[in-house]
Amino acid sequence: MSPDFLKLIFGRLGFESLPLHEPIVVGTFAVVALGGAALLGGLTYFRLWGYLWREWFTTVDHKRIGIMYMILGIVMLLRGFADALMMRGQQMLAFGGSEGYLNAHHYDQVFTAHGVIMIFFVAMPLVTGLMNYVVPLQIGARDVSFPFLNNFSFWMTVGGAVLVMASLFIGEFARTGWLAYPPLSNIGYSPDVGVDYYIWALQVAGVGTTLSGINLICTIVKLRCPGMTMMKMPVFTWTSLCTNVLIVASFPVLTVVLALLSLDRYVGTNFFTNDFGGSPMMYVNLIWIWGHPEVYILVLPAFGIFSEVTSTFSGKRLFGYTSMVYATVVITILSYLVWLHHFFTMGSGASVNSFFGITTMIISIPTGAKMFNWLFTMYRGRIRYELPMMWTIAFMLTFVIGGMTGVLLAVPPADFVLHNSLFLIAHFHNVIIGGVVFGAFAGITYWFPKAFGFKLDPFWGKLSFWFWVTGFYLAFMPLYVLGLMGVTRRLRVFDDPSLQIWFVIAAIGAFLVLLGIMCMLMQFAVSFLRREQLKDVTGDPWDARTLEWATSSPPPDYNFAFTPVVHDNDAWWDMKRRGYQRPLTGFRPIHMPSSTGTGIILAGLATAMGFGLIWYIWWLAAVSFIAMLVVGIGHTFNYHRDFDIPAEDVIRTEDARTKLLAGAK
Amino acid sequence: MSRLKILALLPLAAALSGCDYVVLAPAGDIAAQQRDLVIISTVLMLLIVVPVMALTVLFAWRYRQSNTDARYEPDWDHSTKLELVIWSAPLLIIVCLGALTWMGTHLLDPYRTLGRIHADRAVDQSKAPLEVDVVALDWKWLFIYPDYGIATVNELAAPVDRPIKFRITASSVMNSFYIPALAGQIYAMPGMETKLHAVVNHAGTYKGFSANYSGAGFSGMHFNFQGLDDKGFDAWIANAKSAGGSLGRAEYLQLEKPSQNEPVRRWGTVDADLYRLILNMCVETGKMCQSEMMAIDAKGGAGHQGLNNTLPLAYDKYARRGTAFGPEPSFVAGTCTPDAPQGKTTAAITAPTDTAPLIGAGLKRPSFTPLKSSSFFLGQRPKSDS
Repeated sequence: MSPDFLKLIFGRLGFESLPLHEPIVVGTFAVVALGGAALLGGLTYFRLWGYLWREWFTTVDHKRIGIMYMILGIVMLLRGFADALMMRGQQMLAFGGSEGYLNAHHYDQVFTAHGVIMIFFVAMPLVTGLMNYVVPLQIGARDVSFPFLNNFSFWMTVGGAVLVMASLFIGEFARTGWLAYPPLSNIGYSPDVGVDYYIWALQVAGVGTTLSGINLICTIVKLRCPGMTMMKMPVFTWTSLCTNVLIVASFPVLTVVLALLSLDRYVGTNFFTNDFGGSPMMYVNLIWIWGHPEVYILVLPAFGIFSEVTSTFSGKRLFGYTSMVYATVVITILSYLVWLHHFFTMGSGASVNSFFGITTMIISIPTGAKMFNWLFTMYRGRIRYELPMMWTIAFMLTFVIGGMTGVLLAVPPADFVLHNSLFLIAHFHNVIIGGVVFGAFAGITYWFPKAFGFKLDPFWGKLSFWFWVTGFYLAFMPLYVLGLMGVTRRLRVFDDPSLQIWFVIAAIGAFLVLLGIMCMLMQFAVSFLRREQLKDVTGDPWDARTLEWATSSPPPDYNFAFTPVVHDNDAWWDMKRRGYQRPLTGFRPIHMPSSTGTGIILAGLATAMGFGLIWYIWWLAAVSFIAMLVVGIGHTFNYHRDFDIPAEDVIRTEDARTKLLAGAK
Repeated sequence: MSRLKILALLPLAAALSGCDYVVLAPAGDIAAQQRDLVIISTVLMLLIVVPVMALTVLFAWRYRQSNTDARYEPDWDHSTKLELVIWSAPLLIIVCLGALTWMGTHLLDPYRTLGRIHADRAVDQSKAPLEVDVVALDWKWLFIYPDYGIATVNELAAPVDRPIKFRITASSVMNSFYIPALAGQIYAMPGMETKLHAVVNHAGTYKGFSANYSGAGFSGMHFNFQGLDDKGFDAWIANAKSAGGSLGRAEYLQLEKPSQNEPVRRWGTVDADLYRLILNMCVETGKMCQSEMMAIDAKGGAGHQGLNNTLPLAYDKYARRGTAFGPEPSFVAGTCTPDAPQGKTTAAITAPTDTAPLIGAGLKRPSFTPLKSSSFFLGQRPKSDS
């Protein structure tokens, strides 16, 4: 066969694209392949494919989609964390002439993949999953505004994750750092597939994120139950609203900047090249115009979770609800005015730098106000130290340190000496782990009983908590110290032996975090096995305050048999206090959206198209694109979009709950 | 200010006991002022962070469920006075910090010439600053001393207490020029120039490196910066002079090829125009300099004809740039110069033509060869030769 013909069929994909010369990757592949085969075999053996397809893959139920987002986030956490361990190992070993165990080609991919995966495929799915699950319940809705779109958004996110994972075994990932600054990421300096994997993974997942943002904004604006005015919305719903506004306003910027980079790489335009009037600085500006709001996209929902948790476990109304809401809105707006603080060192004038430095500091004012609001929610409360509250206290103590170092980095002359150093690495892990990750864990442990009807096992949860918290401090405090010694980020080898001890401590910290993650997985397993002892039939195991706790655990498909009516921003607390009686009669059929396989099919085609574009397999890209159009248009002729849950089914479900509740008393 | 200084020294004393906290104990006045800002800002913020942390622990302990002695007010959720405090306390801190930031940023602007060489010594106006042109290459640093006509790779020296003026650029990708003991960093970007003014106050050897990831050889992209007394500096210059060799355009094109962990190199003479050519990305003969292009553009541009003034790219540092669908890689041809009377030079470019990409120590080369013209898909297109 002629090489031209092979090229037509396979593009630049060939046997040499498989990383057979990298023993670590081959080993990983063997493990993943065995695990995958076992999983697929198990699913086939237990005849679960039909069940998974009908009940999960094609579902448009926001609750199930939310759970699938969480699973995606936790699975990708394992991959992203494996990368973190490899980096810690490399930096711990590569002293005194040792090259460590990773060559530059591999190491540079590892730190790029770590950043991309942790932000896009761990933090984002965890945050989106929690919003997806909780928001419709908190506002008393049956589902999101566009249930099919929700399913499609989820599978697009999975598509992006699949492309990133594929890069591990087929070809390579970008070697550019997680934001792929040109000129390094442009075709002249990164001619291989790595950056194309980066681009298409983010573009495919980005479609999902943007659509999910539109969906949730619409849901919150249009589907609130009667009586829930904007200023009666739970704080988590407020922060979700602001986060999704940020998503919708900022992700298009990412899409465009990556599209411009792909034009440079595919058709030879010169947006970000050195020659022909291209400006790499433009890329850096644009990507951070997305990148800084992204930080708040992640942390605002976490703030919402902490607000719910603090007030629930302190048995007290949230202090300063109004100022909490205004603080959130102010942060949302200000987050667009600070992007340049990521590159003070680019040589903008002093006035530009001080403007962006000061706007950055101003964000700390509403953030500080939030911190005080949580403090005064605890004040004169009765604090129960369940797992969610423990994560919240850990957050409050950790996050202020990260906030302080953040404001320090906002002082341009200070940034000149700390920029790109390990101090910076410590800072953003301090706020992202201390804020977003602890927030996600607080949210998971808080809402888990709502989603599954049983609490998480506290023993393994506490073990995981202590491993995580001590591991975090051990892993990142040494990086602050190293930053003050002028050690910069992304170094693969070191020659100053006096630094080694700090990297060893950091590696021990990372190992403790590994134990924390394992305990967390153990916690899920043990809780599942002990689900009868941990069972909660009331639907309100924490004596909580917002509407999601008014329905059963897990909630029925339709969430609420009757749409609740709200009089207070702690709606469920208010209902309990006023002696709310669950209606036992008068049930009517409930109108619900139908499941559809279109979302997963479209996302699969989009992933195939991405793969085709990455490897220059043009026919695959073209065929997938046309197939997407056909399937998309075909879906508009699908008239089986909704159905009614018959009244008998509602009565059966609600009667079962009545019996359970009677039994619980 | 002097009191703040003493305050600033406290954590220093503790920190310095063990390792080399170069950011906190630098050898240059600019870095020392930046250090002061780091410490003053931290202290300012601790004013609010410490009470918050203490209150968190206190409230978390005092209002635990088992402590039934503590007051419990489940409906207390508002206090205008408290709200005023919690918004204004951070606001006050930020007002102070903001003022400090505004002043500090302007005073320590890397583009600003120095007014003093030490806290108590003004700049001696009779002495001209030492000029150094810095070029970040893959993956080494080229330093050109225009006043002395010498150049070095991966070694930099400056006399103590004499202001230094750096002009910084890069050959291919973005790096960051950083000597922690001397002054804060600033990016080195191809086709662009950044500036840095600094002074070293104590003799010694300090580390300098790239603080922005730039590819496979990034980890080895460091150099020693020597602060020398005047005599020592003269000797250092003389040593470089005696190294002989001449760094001209051809030698530079050879030098800029990617290489890792480069040893120190010195040239006794250097093409006086070289830095300008590097900055304008026209070291290769026959390529139009950016300054010329900008001058043409400033006069209204060359119109559509300008589009055709390109030549195919024969030489590239990594691989030939070639996109799947785009035009053949090309560069903008220079206008007429004494070297190239017709704009396009006919002289052979002595640059290396080995275009195999270099990707890292001990690694096989990537299998990818850029598609020549994707002819199997689009058909043969004419070369964009003008």
